[in-house]
Formats: sequence, C-alpha cells, structure tokens
Amino acid sequence: MDNAIKLHYNVDGEDFTLAGTTSATVKKYLKTLGLPPDVIRRTAIAMYEAEINMVIHADGGVIDVEITPEKIHIVLKDRGPGIPDVEKAMQEGYSTASNEIRELGFGAGMGLPNIKTCSDEMKVDTVIGEGTTMDLVINIK
Amino acid sequence: MKLSEVKELLNAEVYAGADRLDTEVCEACGSDLMSDVLAFVKDRALLLTGLQNLQVLRTAEMMDIEVVVFVRGKVPTQDIIDFAAAHKMVIMTTELPMYVSCGILYSNGLQSRRAGVRLG
Ligand SMILES: Nc1ncnc2c1ncn2[C@@H]1O[C@H](COP(=O)(O)OP(=O)(O)O)[C@@H](O)[C@H]1O
Ligand SMILES: [Mg+2]
Repeated sequence: MDNAIKLHYNVDGEDFTLAGTTSATVKKYLKTLGLPPDVIRRTAIAMYEAEINMVIHADGGVIDVEITPEKIHIVLKDRGPGIPDVEKAMQEGYSTASNEIRELGFGAGMGLPNIKTCSDEMKVDTVIGEGTTMDLVINIK
Repeated sequence: MKLSEVKELLNAEVYAGADRLDTEVCEACGSDLMSDVLAFVKDRALLLTGLQNLQVLRTAEMMDIEVVVFVRGKVPTQDIIDFAAAHKMVIMTTELPMYVSCGILYSNGLQSRRAGVRLG
C-alpha cells in the first residue's frame, strides 16, 4: 500500500525506566493523525504491554508500526528466551516476572490477555532461545 | 468532583498542576498494579497508588489519566514532578493510606462507573 506510514524503533532492554517510551511516542503520533479515540486507546494499551514485555522478559528488540487507512499493524520482535508455552502464558495471572518487577507494578500476568482484548488480531511467533515476534493488528473502523 | 475538593478531603499536597485544580473527575481507581490499571480503568479517571516510579506516570499517560494521587505520604521525586509537568498531569500526595483515601473519596461521591452498575 503506497500511502502507508511506516515507523521503526529500537527498544532498549537494559533500562526499565525507559520501557514504554516508544508506545508513548506512537500514541502521541496517532493523536496527531486524528484517529478515533478508541483506536488510539487500544493501540496504546496493547503496544505498551507488549513493549514492557520486551524489556522485562526479553532483552529489548525492534518495533515496526505500519499505519494504513484501514488498520494499524504493529510487529514487535525481540531476541529474548522465547515463550515455552504460549497458551499458558496467555492465561490471566500467569507470570514468570521477578519480584523486582512486581514491586514496580508489573508482573501480574495480565499483559498478554489484555493485548488480546485490545487488538483485532494477535499472533505470537516464538522460538526457544531465539526470541519472540508479536504481530498485532488494530482495525480502524 | 473537583480536584480542589480531592485535595481538601485528603489533606493532600500538590506537586504538579496546581493551576488545574478546577478540573472535574468523575471516576477513580486505587491500584498498585499497573497492568490492572491498563486492563480495567476507563479513561480520564483519577488514579490513587502507593507505588512511585516513572512507569506509574507513563501508564497514566497511556490511559489519558491526568491525575495521580500518591498515598501514604510518598513524596514524588524530581523526575516524576518533571514528567507530570511536561505531560500536564496533576500529582498530589496524601499522608492517608490507600484504603482510607479511597473510602473518603467514595463516600463523598466520587464513585467508579463499574461500581455504579446494579448487580442482579
Ligand atoms: N517477549 C517475551 N519474551 C519471553 N517471554 C514472554 C514475553 N512476553 C511474555 N512472556 C511470558 O509470558 C508471561 C505472561 O506475560 P504477561 O501476560 O504480559 O504477564 P507479565 O508480563 O505480567 O508476567 C510472562 O511472565 C513471560 O513468562
Ligand atoms: Mg507483561
């Protein structure tokens, strides 16, 4: 599609205080495009939870966002340990996060289920020892 | 409820956004779990939390939450005050603990939409 907007970001896996800055940037940008509030909100939440996961469970990675008049497509690719059992990871309350992360307010095991709720399509592609790619689509209606 | 009333009821100290205390909020949420905030809060609520780090404010930013009340006397650090100022958020701190703070605001009329749903 030739009128697609494409954005590319690197996400630092070292610094938890920076986690979510990419999602915040994208959210601001979506606002300038004048998209419906519900679309912006769902995109922001799904992307933020996925970005936090990249930082706390993997080692950072890259995020690509493509915006067309029909949809927002987000691909988050990390070089982390992979997810051994995706079905289990998708359950509410399942988390392998450390106590340190819990003390910071994350690690309640609500991220993946909420990403699913907020997106219209969600694909998780994961290889143990290589990393995880999360593919999210939010339709603009 | 106006933020000036929130400040008064909780005897809170305002650290950012003191010029916006005439803002109205109609819903509130008390939580230390940011993922719960992301999953259950409607926009533009007031957030009460015992947690204090930049992720709290970033979570608020993602949810269009413009008011954060830190309970149990947690005085915000400068990076939090700066973030709040840059993002036009109001932040305040109350000495009261979470349960009491929520109870006071609730009983004075600041109820959550979810709780307002009639059961059965
Ligand atoms: N990018 C990722 N790389 C490796 N593991 C992940 C990733 N994202 C999620 N997981 C696994 O799935 C679990 C559930 O994720 P989530 O629902 O976001 O909960 P939380 O992040 O609170 O633990 C995590 O605890 C972790 O074990
Ligand atoms: Mg998570």
